Amino acid sequence: MFIGEIDGRPIGGHRVVITGVGAVSACGSGATALFEGLLSGSFTDDRSVPDFDPERYFGAKEVRRVDRFAQLTVAAAVEAFEDSGIEVDDPDRSGSIFGTGIGGMTTLTAQTAVLAEKGPKRVTPFLAPMMMPNAGGAQVAMRYGLRGPAETITTACAAGTHAIGYAAHLVASGRVSVALTGGGESIFDPVAFAGFGNMTALSSTGKSMPFDVARDGFVMAEGAGALVIESLDHAVARGARIYAEILGAASTADAFHITAPREDGSGARRCMELAIADADLTIADVGHINAHGTSTPLNDLAESKAIVSLFGDDAPPVTSAKGVTGHSLGGAGALEAVASVLTIDRGIIPPTIGLEHLDPAIKLDVVQGEPRKLEQAVVLSNSFGFGGHNGCLVIGRHL
Amino acid sequence: MTDANFDKFKTCAVEVLQVDESAVVPEARFADDLDADSLDLVELVMALEESFDITVDENELEGVETIGQAYELVTSKL
Repeated sequence: MFIGEIDGRPIGGHRVVITGVGAVSACGSGATALFEGLLSGSFTDDRSVPDFDPERYFGAKEVRRVDRFAQLTVAAAVEAFEDSGIEVDDPDRSGSIFGTGIGGMTTLTAQTAVLAEKGPKRVTPFLAPMMMPNAGGAQVAMRYGLRGPAETITTACAAGTHAIGYAAHLVASGRVSVALTGGGESIFDPVAFAGFGNMTALSSTGKSMPFDVARDGFVMAEGAGALVIESLDHAVARGARIYAEILGAASTADAFHITAPREDGSGARRCMELAIADADLTIADVGHINAHGTSTPLNDLAESKAIVSLFGDDAPPVTSAKGVTGHSLGGAGALEAVASVLTIDRGIIPPTIGLEHLDPAIKLDVVQGEPRKLEQAVVLSNSFGFGGHNGCLVIGRHL
Repeated sequence: MTDANFDKFKTCAVEVLQVDESAVVPEARFADDLDADSLDLVELVMALEESFDITVDENELEGVETIGQAYELVTSKL
């Protein structure tokens, strides 16, 4: 990936490799549980994280003072950290870059109820540190003593992808040699369901069926994903296991409408184009697209148009994880980055669960029914968020 | 101190501070013995106000450093 340009000439940065993965999702705790769930189509009906035990990560006092979105974020980060076998050798050059769409909303609504029932003197003094969107990333930085940049990106459903892209560029530029990065979300709250429901974004049938002709909205989920990324030199020096390499990342805005994507998908197309250019690759190198594929009528159609406009009629096989995971907003891009890494690691593309009858308006080769062999180990992972935010990552096998 | 009020006080402290019951003794210091910072104390006072149906002003907490002092403050309001 590039770190800028001078006189129109791109300047190359450090190579950025992925050495640890972690996930908590509707498939259970663990990156393996996520990928097995994607392959087999097993998940909790309400897309909650089953059997999540925050006391594995926090003391009894702390559990009550950390919102669930941050608990999930920490759980994914701990798994990634332990998976990587890394030790923080240079805290000032180690970062914590996370994304969330909303933050600690359930804390806010619970305390709003306390205010209404018992008055202002009963509102918890921990309201601010619980509800702030940066709580998850801050918890991760505190846990491992990461004293470089610890920043949180909130670009709705693109947040997890943007966080990873930003973190990768921090590694590429040499600002940090190691970063824990990803995203998390948990807003299982009646206010959230009411708001998303009234804007008709949620599926009325509760079925997540990306790219299906009968799709009618997304299914709200909670979840978090995390990666340990580091410069290639750093990974090699410590003899790390390298899962994959982040080859490119990009971010664009539709600058069009607060919720609807541009119908022709031009903002999304530009983002994919820039990410592939950042990877110093061409469209012919991309072997698979891990789509945003939310199962909303607007997203899936606009995304398919964007892909076709860039790749033409023979776009690489596309899959959406959201048929299984549901849509965990700021956690989604991070979960899908983990899924993309494991797709490369295992050489198989999970099918789009929930898809039965491909929408004839969607001219894509969507992986359906059975998993498919990954022919070229370069994956483009897309995320698009309310606000018109587009985020893309290009992840490849490390060669 | 084995009276019902202290038991009630202890229940609040155990719940809010997540310490063992046996640690809630009059001489226990919030910061050193119970790992409680200023926000912990705010939360404890909120629980005590609710449990004992009293009101404690912020300035009354100045100098309160031990369980015994806090309990005295509470009982002085009953």
